[in-house]
Amino acid sequence: MDPIIFLIQCLNAVQYGLLLFLIASGLTLIFGIMGIINLAHGSFYMIGAYMAFALQPLVAQYLGGGFMVTMLACVLLSAVLGYFLEWAFYSYLYTRDHLQQVLMTYGLILVFEELRTIIIDNDVHGVDMPNWLSGSIKLGSIMTYPTYRLFISVVCLVVAGLMYWLLTRTRLGMMIRAGASNREMINSLGIDINRLFRIVFAMGVALAALAGAIAAPVSSVYPGMGHTVLIICFVVVVIGGIGSIRGAFIAAMLVGFVDTFGQILFPQAAGVLVYLLMAAILLFKPEGLFKQG
Amino acid sequence: MQSSLKILVSLVVLIAVALFPLLGLDYYTALVMKIMIYALFAISLQLLVGCTGLVSLGHAAFFGIAAYTVTLLSPQYEAGNFFWLMFAGVVIAMLYAFITGILALRTKGVYFIMVTLAFAQMAYYVFHDTKVGGGSDGIYLYVRPEFRIGDWVVLNLDNDYVFYLFVLACLIATWAFLAMVMRSRFGAALTGIRVNEQRMRAAGFSTFGYKLTAYVVASGLGGLAGILYAVKDGYVNPELLSWEQSGLVLLMVILGGMGRLWGAVVGAVVLILLQEVFQSSALLGDWAIHWHLTFGLAIMALVALLPKGVIGLPQQLRSRKSTNTATPAAH
Repeated sequence: MDPIIFLIQCLNAVQYGLLLFLIASGLTLIFGIMGIINLAHGSFYMIGAYMAFALQPLVAQYLGGGFMVTMLACVLLSAVLGYFLEWAFYSYLYTRDHLQQVLMTYGLILVFEELRTIIIDNDVHGVDMPNWLSGSIKLGSIMTYPTYRLFISVVCLVVAGLMYWLLTRTRLGMMIRAGASNREMINSLGIDINRLFRIVFAMGVALAALAGAIAAPVSSVYPGMGHTVLIICFVVVVIGGIGSIRGAFIAAMLVGFVDTFGQILFPQAAGVLVYLLMAAILLFKPEGLFKQG
Repeated sequence: MQSSLKILVSLVVLIAVALFPLLGLDYYTALVMKIMIYALFAISLQLLVGCTGLVSLGHAAFFGIAAYTVTLLSPQYEAGNFFWLMFAGVVIAMLYAFITGILALRTKGVYFIMVTLAFAQMAYYVFHDTKVGGGSDGIYLYVRPEFRIGDWVVLNLDNDYVFYLFVLACLIATWAFLAMVMRSRFGAALTGIRVNEQRMRAAGFSTFGYKLTAYVVASGLGGLAGILYAVKDGYVNPELLSWEQSGLVLLMVILGGMGRLWGAVVGAVVLILLQEVFQSSALLGDWAIHWHLTFGLAIMALVALLPKGVIGLPQQLRSRKSTNTATPAAH
């Protein structure tokens, strides 16, 4: 393989992996800390993308436009949505078993998808990328790489860095890590677990929505976009080990590379390779690479 | 006395269902057939979820694989031999279950849910992305297969009423078969695994073999349901393997009631009827287009209100009544 093409594919793989990490990290935290199987997590990705689509004209009209403003609005709104949903719905799931959680969040997906149909519609839409990011970068003599994809990678890396800082260097992060390894214990140490859950959930939703919003100019927005992402993210979480952020990061990268290079080297089997990877890993590590607790 | 009453009621229901198409309500006949096929599908999953405690979110894979196998193996312009086609479909589904089961059963709990889901997605993408089965458009089964030995046609399914009775017979046979399985020593071992696998292993059972057998058998029966579905519609597409389908059948098992075979049947009846009601514009007017919304809300409400499923409802009511009457007496 030509080294430049190889480099481009590596960049693509990293970008895809980072995007998956944003979504999967929220999923794994919600799994690990709150003990909830949230099938509706893919819907938050979809909601983020549709928010970007719907907010763009509004932001242009009232706030003078700006892509970053739209992104920021998406993140804030989705965090509020997450906070509200935890209070209104998810907090009732803690005492229920996993099976009922699966079913109730399955019902929630149907509701979200249909609400999307009612509020927006069922069509595929493009989302404009800002002018300053729509160019491309020259690699070698003839190949180019779109700036926007680099931008996605950079944003994801920054967010990942922020998360790392939040989780390892702040008091909130300490509580979250403690919650992931022993929920009852931190509750008995006098930490308001309900508030902690609400914050974690809002964070997870905001991360997924950010991933959706930032991917929207590349992938465009379409019905059912959450489903594909959801399943892949579950694969990431299972490979990485439930509750482990580090595991999610490594697994997301693995999946990104396997999927990207799979599509070039074995285009016929591309869809299957990721699942084969998961099967192979579970064969040796039935609880994922970095099992917590 | 009680059990003879039960047998009598079952017989009456059975005869009523068998004679139902003679009323000539074609739409409702098709609906009943759909319910019976889904009931068969759900009852096969009940063996895993309710009886063995293995929650699979990928059961649609076997449904779809068997449906595709039958459609792909059927000759294009003449009726295939259903003896051979049914056998092939079920065996291929069981084979896939055997291979993936060996891997999936190494995991437990949440991981098992996710791994079965992932294996089902794998099968989904094979049919969705490659040209094996017409890609995302699916393929048609032009001529309904028939049962024949040599040149002698034993049973011609082309007649809709014959096919209807055949589906009913499959459902009853599967039900009876699983009821027998659950009464056997093997079934008792499965129940033991559900209640406490650790203890079963300590008692000297090699639980892996039992779980794998249950997984393969349930998948074969799920495949049978898929075959009937393909023959009914004369059309298969990758959505038969989608995770929404797996979720729906899991929903039937849990909403109906876990652990009892007839719970799955009740769940299939309730869910298909609910879908039908919410899609009916005669009942709900303009909301019928947005039936996913009402259906989703109904699912959440039902799961919240009926933690033991529909078949647990009488018990739930009774216990509420007894607590209601007991509380004042205590004061």
